Amino acid sequence: MSAPAMKTPVLDMRAISVTYGGRVPAVVGVDLKVRPGEIVGIIGESGSGKSTLAHSVLGLLPKAASLQGEHFDLAGTDMLSAGRGTLTALRGPAAAMIFQNPMTAFSPIHTIGRQLTELLWRDRDQATGQKRERIVAALRDVGIPDPIGKLEAYPFQLSGGMLQRVAIAAALLMKPQLLIADEPTTALDVTMEAQILHLMRTLRDTAGVAILIISHHLGVIAEICDRVAVMYAGRIVEEGTVETIFRQPGHPYTRALFACEPALIPTGARRLPVIAGEVPRPGGTGCDFAGRCLFCEERCLNCAPPWATAAADPSHHSRCHRSMS
Amino acid sequence: MAAVTATTAGETTIREPGPLQRAGITLAHVLSHPLGAIGFVLVVLIVATALFAPWIAPYSPTAISVKERLADPSLSHLLGTDQLGRDLFSRVIVGTRTAMTVALTALSVSIAIALPLGLIAGYGPRWLDAIMILVFDSVSSLPMIMLGLAVVVLLGPGVSTVILVIVLYSVPSYARLVRTQTLSLKTRDFIKAEQVMNAGTPRILFRHLLPNVIGPLVILACLDISTVITLEAGLSFLGLGVKPQIPSWGNILSDGFAVIRNSAVPVIAGGAPLILATVGFTFFGEALRDALDPKLNPERKP
Amino acid sequence: MSATPALIEADRLSVQVPTGRLPFSQKAPLSILINVSLSIRPGEIVCMVGESGSGKTTFGRALLGLIKPSAGSITLDGAALPDFSNRSFRAVRRQAALLFQDPLSSFNPRQRIGAMIAEPRRIARSGSTRMQDIAALARQAGLSERLLARFPHALSGGQARRAAVARALSVVPRLIVADEPTAGLDVSIQGGVLNLFLDIREQHDTAFLLITHNLSVVRHVADRIVILYLGRVVESGPAAEILASPRHPYTRALLESEPVPDPARRRAEPPVIGEVPSIAARPPGCEFHTRCRHAQARCRSEAPRLADGPGDRQVACHFPLPEPQPAARGSLRLVSN
Repeated sequence: MSAPAMKTPVLDMRAISVTYGGRVPAVVGVDLKVRPGEIVGIIGESGSGKSTLAHSVLGLLPKAASLQGEHFDLAGTDMLSAGRGTLTALRGPAAAMIFQNPMTAFSPIHTIGRQLTELLWRDRDQATGQKRERIVAALRDVGIPDPIGKLEAYPFQLSGGMLQRVAIAAALLMKPQLLIADEPTTALDVTMEAQILHLMRTLRDTAGVAILIISHHLGVIAEICDRVAVMYAGRIVEEGTVETIFRQPGHPYTRALFACEPALIPTGARRLPVIAGEVPRPGGTGCDFAGRCLFCEERCLNCAPPWATAAADPSHHSRCHRSMS
Repeated sequence: MAAVTATTAGETTIREPGPLQRAGITLAHVLSHPLGAIGFVLVVLIVATALFAPWIAPYSPTAISVKERLADPSLSHLLGTDQLGRDLFSRVIVGTRTAMTVALTALSVSIAIALPLGLIAGYGPRWLDAIMILVFDSVSSLPMIMLGLAVVVLLGPGVSTVILVIVLYSVPSYARLVRTQTLSLKTRDFIKAEQVMNAGTPRILFRHLLPNVIGPLVILACLDISTVITLEAGLSFLGLGVKPQIPSWGNILSDGFAVIRNSAVPVIAGGAPLILATVGFTFFGEALRDALDPKLNPERKP
Repeated sequence: MSATPALIEADRLSVQVPTGRLPFSQKAPLSILINVSLSIRPGEIVCMVGESGSGKTTFGRALLGLIKPSAGSITLDGAALPDFSNRSFRAVRRQAALLFQDPLSSFNPRQRIGAMIAEPRRIARSGSTRMQDIAALARQAGLSERLLARFPHALSGGQARRAAVARALSVVPRLIVADEPTAGLDVSIQGGVLNLFLDIREQHDTAFLLITHNLSVVRHVADRIVILYLGRVVESGPAAEILASPRHPYTRALLESEPVPDPARRRAEPPVIGEVPSIAARPPGCEFHTRCRHAQARCRSEAPRLADGPGDRQVACHFPLPEPQPAARGSLRLVSN
């Protein structure tokens, strides 16, 4: 784990905020680093801002959204000052994305081969035959049987799991430094989920690509991540190595989330735990989790807790008043 | 369990808005769009003119005055007179009534016939659907003018003949729209849910399918009002519609074309209201469609 | 246990769909469901598990007559349905409610939630449809009553699910068929929906058929588990026994595929590779042999029968896994030891 820590991060965000329509905050003051070859997971419930954060990295935010912050660096490019053209140039070589639903990620009326060839438009001087070989190799790398035959297939002829593999192959064809995966296995069966996660881990080991994976599923995060950030109401409330977060979670929200995880509840419990209440709108005063927190105190309601580093572990941070005392 | 939802004891009043109130909310929505407001004003003007035509018109639209043939617009005759010396302004005003009578009657009758036909074709057994589609296709494959001619020959020209021609012409396309909508709706989960609740077919047809198909149909009809008015004018222009002495925009246009070398005023007097009505009903129809879609206006949720 | 008569019983239920669009097309119909038998006793929670294409959703719908079975029989309270006409299924539907995978789509988009919750009472012409009684129904399902005046699209996923449960409770059912009851819900509220099911069972002795691909969520509430593969039952039995010692290799693969929320228990290899074959090209012999680690020559040629035993269990495998299992390995055994 120490080797990747030395390298310059592929993605470096400091105090990044995203606001919709000038009023509604979705992401508030997020610090996040992803180093080469590292798999970082963002875990959070719906409405936590995790998807908005992922989309901001590729410049995929809608027009109504505005991005501010201190520092936002993707593969050496400053994203805060980047124009439309720069963003387009970054998509692919710097970062590529795979989505939750592979069915909608492809155009239904063109063959897989044609759609993958079009992704290689940057390599104008390469012959079609060479491109075809690269595509076939990429499809083979992600474990697609009969890759040559699949070039002529239309998306509807492939299963969801197969298409997600094609989506990963497509992303990797562009040799990105960072692969962003937004709930990549949520739409798949568990047997396929296990295969896709295994594939992503193998690709990190062989191709050295850094991965930022977004999921609401604790099992998925535990399976492949090196580091984990827990998001709640637009903020990262806790961050650390996957071992720390899963073994010694510090923030009450992280603990509550683990308490609800069905695979961690002892068999025969019958009544299942829940987190009462709803996720508040991001950007309130005080701690965002105060309204649902079992350990809520006076100061939690009045002032927002700072981003604190654990004394025992410099890589473990959390945003809770209690963790400081 | 109780912890999951935070219900405040104070908020226990649930009010379903009455039909009047609901109409008010819809209207407010139509008016909130600039084009919708323009459309609404035009529609109100046209309908009011049609309703109060006899009181607005300064002269009898059929009074012939040979001395004043083809007079230019003046204070006594705002739009001048036609080749028989009839007051054009009065003819336009009373023509509005003819146009609206024909359009609204024809379209209401068409909707009333097409809705059940389309629902049955879409929801009923497949063989029935096949037969009904065959009939719709046969009727709509007849050329409009030929159909009109045939009906006129059988029944003679007149307002009711025009209405019949329009109904014959629009029912197949309306029923097809309803059928297509029904076909896609009946595979949706909420209809399946009704079936599991043992809802009877009439209930599914009229309480669940109908409210979901009537919106698009009313919009189509609203957009068609302008077409129908033009159609009536066209049939009348050809002498197949309303009798020549009865004022209608088509008759005014038809008469105006005969004298267009002398004056353009009659043609404009017949054409302008046609354009205004087209614009008005189109804008109003589109605004109404948006206002009736609960997904498009979150403010409507009380 | 077996002394209690079954509430509903499906006997060798099969569903076929025609492949050709034309009435006289030559193609053979496709079998989605083959000889699936299942009986549900009052107050029992049966969980039907399988991947997409396993026919689990089809079974739930066929039981309520939304899809016409092509063979088999359905027995309700000891009386077999005379045929599979809509009229016959009315008897089943009077006792049952269906919760759809996407609760939002199961509401008429042009009606308010309150009216939709009252709908079963209006159809049955029994029970009060007064606002305060509908509000009480909503509260019972954990739905805030201020949401009753909203249109469906204005609800969140969790709220829509509770509204669907409130509607199901409107005329108290003896059977609730729930398709993926926790799909799309955050971990923090998934438990709430299942707790609600347990409450309903406690109050009304309602039986449940939970249809899901996610064993980890429902294992806490299931009494019995049925595993489907390509439209056939491959294993069934008491939930605790199946979870502790699956006998069919497919069941074990399903259990092991669930990722464990513990970074120390990562798997070196995916427990099962490949994907579910198409029902249009069923493998010969045991249909799971193409993905099975223990497959032998016999599995490729001869289809195993669903054999009884031990106890209430059934398994369709030539070489069932030994029982009890050697070391703890399934993800779901993580916390039970």
